[in-house]
Amino acid sequence: MDALISQVRQGQHRAIARLITRIENSATAAEQAVIALYADTGKAHVVGITGSPGSGKSTLVNALAKAFRRLGRTVSIIAVDPSSPFTGGAVLGDRVRMRDLSGDKGIFIRSMASRGKLGGLSQATSAAAKVMDAAGFDVILIETVGAGQAEVDIASTAHTTLVIEAPGMGDDIQSIKAGILEIADILVVNKADRPGASRAKRALEAMLQLGHATRVRHHGVMMSSGAPAAETAVSDWQVPVLETVSTEEVGIEELAAAIVNHRIYLKESGDWFEREKSRSRQEIEQLLQLRLMDRLRTTVPENNHDRLVAAVAAREMDPYTAAAELFDQMSSTIRESEI
Amino acid sequence: MDQAYKPRILVGKPGLDGHDRGVKVVARALRDAGMEVIYTGLRQTPEMIVEAALQEDVDAIGLSILSGAHMALMTRIMELIKENEMTDIPVFLGGIVPNEDVLELQAIGVKGVFGPGAGLEQITSFVWDEVKEKLARDNA
Repeated sequence: MDALISQVRQGQHRAIARLITRIENSATAAEQAVIALYADTGKAHVVGITGSPGSGKSTLVNALAKAFRRLGRTVSIIAVDPSSPFTGGAVLGDRVRMRDLSGDKGIFIRSMASRGKLGGLSQATSAAAKVMDAAGFDVILIETVGAGQAEVDIASTAHTTLVIEAPGMGDDIQSIKAGILEIADILVVNKADRPGASRAKRALEAMLQLGHATRVRHHGVMMSSGAPAAETAVSDWQVPVLETVSTEEVGIEELAAAIVNHRIYLKESGDWFEREKSRSRQEIEQLLQLRLMDRLRTTVPENNHDRLVAAVAAREMDPYTAAAELFDQMSSTIRESEI
Repeated sequence: MDQAYKPRILVGKPGLDGHDRGVKVVARALRDAGMEVIYTGLRQTPEMIVEAALQEDVDAIGLSILSGAHMALMTRIMELIKENEMTDIPVFLGGIVPNEDVLELQAIGVKGVFGPGAGLEQITSFVWDEVKEKLARDNA
């Protein structure tokens, strides 16, 4: 592991690849890797790309990666596709659209299966992004699973979130619904050579105007429970709506410029650190939850647990009472062991 | 082997033929056998395939060639695999391969060659066995 870590710091592609595999397969390896590399992270600009299946995310990532290379930045890509809920298998097909990126040592692409995680990313995505960050990549593009209305996890992982729409995907009612459109720092109408593109753009712009006066940035904390109000602040960032045709690389330079501008905005406004803070808060909470669940398993005898589960299933007890009983058992065991 | 282990298999088509029905059927079968298939698509150069295999840290590489150029392409791919010290990754091939070429392909390190009529069950169990052996070697 130590050899692998130091090779990752040197940016060796094989070591990056192997470490990510270990992270995907073992929570312990993920813990070791993040502990070892965390001090080397925090430099990369993490950009999330989300949108519905077929909106053109992979092709856009391909074009964007080339644009960032022209700006002299190194780029790594994490492309997430869904795992089968039945067999656990997956077909990860995002590389098909990224063939232009081959042969460039300044680019590293990794496909990941969601492995049962909902929300558009996999459990290992954020740790894998840290590995790429520590390896020295300037820009990390994370392409989510084709997202519907509420897969918003990317907003708490990325500094800049792009939401990709394609023309003809719905009327302006879709654009006032809550969910995925709210997390966009930049909105992209891809396939802008298709009919309906300008209407889609107008609907999105109208949606943004409605929200402008009171728009509040949540830095992705809306997914975590009990987010303190102090972490929400009114943002001065004007969400741009950009048209692209990624197959023809139309509008890509402008999009790359908007992404760079958003980074400058985040740094100058202090939002960068605010986002890092809310991301860190969420990460710590998740790890704490995992630890508490582990503690529950080790302190409460399994048959107690099973008995309560059966009681709830048979309607002899409600789930709230069962959870309270388990919690009490856990905390009293912990207290006894400390005395 | 850990039941939860998800083998990662690179599947793609080197060379210029555009017949990708077969390779997609195999990709789907490997998926249904519980593997993660990194599908790279058509018209891949040997360099593209080996680079993708390295970045994706795959447990096996499955290629489909129907153009008749399998000797030239596979020779180059196996060379690159050696250069990149990836010889522990099993490589298998599907396509139209005359019998006399099969032995030659095996001689340069191709682990399995599947012609027309090969069953999906046969291919997936071959891949599972190869992956298990590779993991045993890795852990040794």
